[in-house]
Amino acid sequence: MVENIEKHQYDVVVIGAGGAGLRAAIEARLAGKKTAIISKSLFGKAHTVMAEGGAAAAMGNVNSNDNWMVHFRDTMRGGKFLNNFRMAELHAKEAPDRIWELETYGALFDRTKDGKISQRNFGGHEYPRLAHVGDRTGLELIRTLQQKIVSLQQEDKKEFGDYEARIRVFAETTITELLLDDSDGTARVAGAFGYYRETGGFVLFEAPAIVLATGGVGKSYKVTSNSWEYTGDGHALALRTGATLINMEFLQFHPTGMVWPPSVKGILVTESVRGDGGILKNSDGKRFMFDYVPDVFRKQYAETPEEADRWYTDPDNNRRPPELLPRDEVARAINSEVKAGRGTKAGGVYLDIASRLPAASILKKLPSMYHQFKELADVDITKEPMEVGPTCHYVMGGVEVDPDTQATRVAGLYAAGEVSGGMHGSNRLGGNSLSDLLVFGKRAGEFAAAYEGELTKRPAVKTADLEAAVETALAPLQRAGGENPYTLHHELQQVMGDLVGIIRRQGELQESLGRLAELRERVSKVGATGGRKYNPGWHLALDLRNMLLVSECTAKAALEREESRGGHTREDFPKMDPKWRQVNLVCSASPAGEVDLVHQPVPTMRPELLDLFEKSELAKYMTEEELA
Amino acid sequence: MTVRQFKVWRGDSAGGQLVNYDVDVNEGEVVLDVIHRLQATQEPDLACRWNCKAGKCGSCSMEIDGMPRLACMTRMSTFEENASVTITPLRTFPVIRDLVTDVTFNYVKARETPAFAPPKDVAPGDYRMQQVDVDRSQEFRKCIECFLCQNTCHVVRDHEENKTAFSGPRFFIRAAELDMHPLDARSDRKEYAQKEQGLGYCNITKCCTEVCPEHIKITDNAIIPMKERVVDRRYDPLVRLGRKILRRDQLEQEAVAVTTLHQAHPTPQPDGAAPINWHRELAPPMGADVDDKGHLPLNELLSDRVGANSPFGDDVEFPVDPTKLNYYHPEQKH
Repeated sequence: MVENIEKHQYDVVVIGAGGAGLRAAIEARLAGKKTAIISKSLFGKAHTVMAEGGAAAAMGNVNSNDNWMVHFRDTMRGGKFLNNFRMAELHAKEAPDRIWELETYGALFDRTKDGKISQRNFGGHEYPRLAHVGDRTGLELIRTLQQKIVSLQQEDKKEFGDYEARIRVFAETTITELLLDDSDGTARVAGAFGYYRETGGFVLFEAPAIVLATGGVGKSYKVTSNSWEYTGDGHALALRTGATLINMEFLQFHPTGMVWPPSVKGILVTESVRGDGGILKNSDGKRFMFDYVPDVFRKQYAETPEEADRWYTDPDNNRRPPELLPRDEVARAINSEVKAGRGTKAGGVYLDIASRLPAASILKKLPSMYHQFKELADVDITKEPMEVGPTCHYVMGGVEVDPDTQATRVAGLYAAGEVSGGMHGSNRLGGNSLSDLLVFGKRAGEFAAAYEGELTKRPAVKTADLEAAVETALAPLQRAGGENPYTLHHELQQVMGDLVGIIRRQGELQESLGRLAELRERVSKVGATGGRKYNPGWHLALDLRNMLLVSECTAKAALEREESRGGHTREDFPKMDPKWRQVNLVCSASPAGEVDLVHQPVPTMRPELLDLFEKSELAKYMTEEELA
Repeated sequence: MTVRQFKVWRGDSAGGQLVNYDVDVNEGEVVLDVIHRLQATQEPDLACRWNCKAGKCGSCSMEIDGMPRLACMTRMSTFEENASVTITPLRTFPVIRDLVTDVTFNYVKARETPAFAPPKDVAPGDYRMQQVDVDRSQEFRKCIECFLCQNTCHVVRDHEENKTAFSGPRFFIRAAELDMHPLDARSDRKEYAQKEQGLGYCNITKCCTEVCPEHIKITDNAIIPMKERVVDRRYDPLVRLGRKILRRDQLEQEAVAVTTLHQAHPTPQPDGAAPINWHRELAPPMGADVDDKGHLPLNELLSDRVGANSPFGDDVEFPVDPTKLNYYHPEQKH
């Protein structure tokens, strides 16, 4: 061994310090396990802070007709029935408890008149359902969980004299490899290897149970709302240890990201702008969403602007405005308008709230949005419309997990939050991600702790694996004259944005696979100048192989799925096909890094859940044999 | 597109210097865009923290032309066309490399601040709070932990020796947030801030408020209320009971009803004590000695007095004119 590697032993290691990771860690620590949280950034900076709208939970505080069955129905409809029904069911049932629990950690949500947690309307949700704090709900969530962890550390300090006796945060630490023990014939998680960003020093976490909570993959796209951390690390780590990914073709493009000016390009304009009265107009000034209501939604959405406008004050007797259609529909509509030449110069459309609400109520309802655009771009949203367009926002696909335990196919490996797949089907409803990461973060922590408790023998890391991991991590630094990682990253974003973007075609997808194969060749020769101490060039060089592997999965699955559904739109197959609803596309990786793709049936919904839907609605999604 | 000159501090704990760069700048960009271009085209290993690039995570804190700011929130159009832009790491924290500093101080202080204490007799789901009552704490929960306030606070900036005893503005607002939380079960937040967090070191120069990218009124809404002596109505058992059974708006209505009983006549007190006139016209609140931007002088050199500004306003002289006080002196003839 060339250098001394710092070693730590934990019962449960959580990779990722966003909402799902922190919730999982809290649960593991509450189960009495010695827990480590590994964060690529500083503690409390996770991408969760970007979530604005709220956390969906059928508490029924605003409309008492709401309950888990309605929420379940909305989630399945939003996901076009491709969701793992069991995950959608657990999510709808458990979300309220997870939200209420946050209040005992110190969260301060906005309130209703009778002092309960206020809930707001959001696209795809039948009733006002999103617990929120102005438009900074994600920040509230992360801060609350962060502070809960601190409070657990304070308890441990009292009991053991050490804050870090049972739960420790390793900030600015990146995991590059998971290590396995297969000595008893089953591959089991044995540890995680990575480096401290600050020093470049290597670190090994020996742990029998690991929870992946690394978030998404957006940094493979050019226009994205995602931060630099979203490089698909968890997806790639899972693939390389033998776990599988599902639904990778489904990427959510948020319909309303800013397209102009450049300082705010990609930044999201929360859906609540539309929930509170904002409307979409093309460059001719026409409110165009009425032309894009698909048949499956015709019954729930208003047909005239007059009816739509009445809905904001009288939702019981009017149908919803079409601006509140699920995200994929709105994204597609904007895309069509722009393609038809009715977009703005920057390639977007107008989102107008200025002419719809008085300035004071815009300020009250959307304070951080107002302040963000005023400061970042000198745009006053109370005076002028915003220029918006589709932005890569969320990946529905992810690590294939057991719906109840969040266990992957590798023993000891769990996944929760955006990195896991199945819950959202082909399209995620706004607000369902914050509740998803609480519900399944908790479950992942709980079952990872239980798995650790049942083990009789601690798996051991093999020295050879460790040496290989060190070598891979150091390779870019030792490659003099290697290719510039920033250039390669830029080209990858270009390929994914142009060829595997929001509207997809067979020829382009085939071309993308060729281009990605070339990039793979070049990424294997990437170089980094400078030393190991806080060197972003080196960090990016190591992240690239993850982004590339995951991008290949997305491109392959997108080529395979010959239909349009949710976050996957094929120009050559514009219709939803009930036959494809029965199919999940599952990706795995060979030891050489080749992506392999197989078809797998979607689990069949239990009859009592099926009964929650009208036959006529099911007919839109299911084949005749299924309905019979 | 124009070419602009940047001076960026490069180095580590052993030392470093400003390095000149010429970088392309496009219309509508912010400083962080330019740093990214610098990394991509000239200095791949230039160290800089960032995450969301949207002013929401508080990672890209640095000093731009000497001013503590978020790089993602600093528009290039705010600089003079031909001026060079100087970028240095936060000064209050030890440098790790280039623009990245070791902000551990803040996490240590966070851990020392007692956490939210949930009320014992309220089950999850049964928390009831009025919006007016959570508004105040919510303002402080907007904090994105960029630590610009910690960096600019002159109690610790260039005063390493004060760091042990002083938690800094970020954690004063945390203490205030919990103090004002309607259901927090602890009642010693103020004493804690005064005794353990070093609140007394703060002499209200408002520098923290000035640099806060979330525009939290750190000094006015958190620090000054926390500096008040511990005489809050939550310690009055009757008021405490009232708070439990009445909503705030009901409480306030009640308070008004009580005072109208007295009209404008002094209220007689038992045992021959002086009557109290509750309706005497109060002296208007007196402002502090602020500059034309409404701020207190940022440092002692610019101030017209030695030592801290008075929390009562600098133009208040003691003793105060007794006829202006809300107090009826027994010997005062009416």
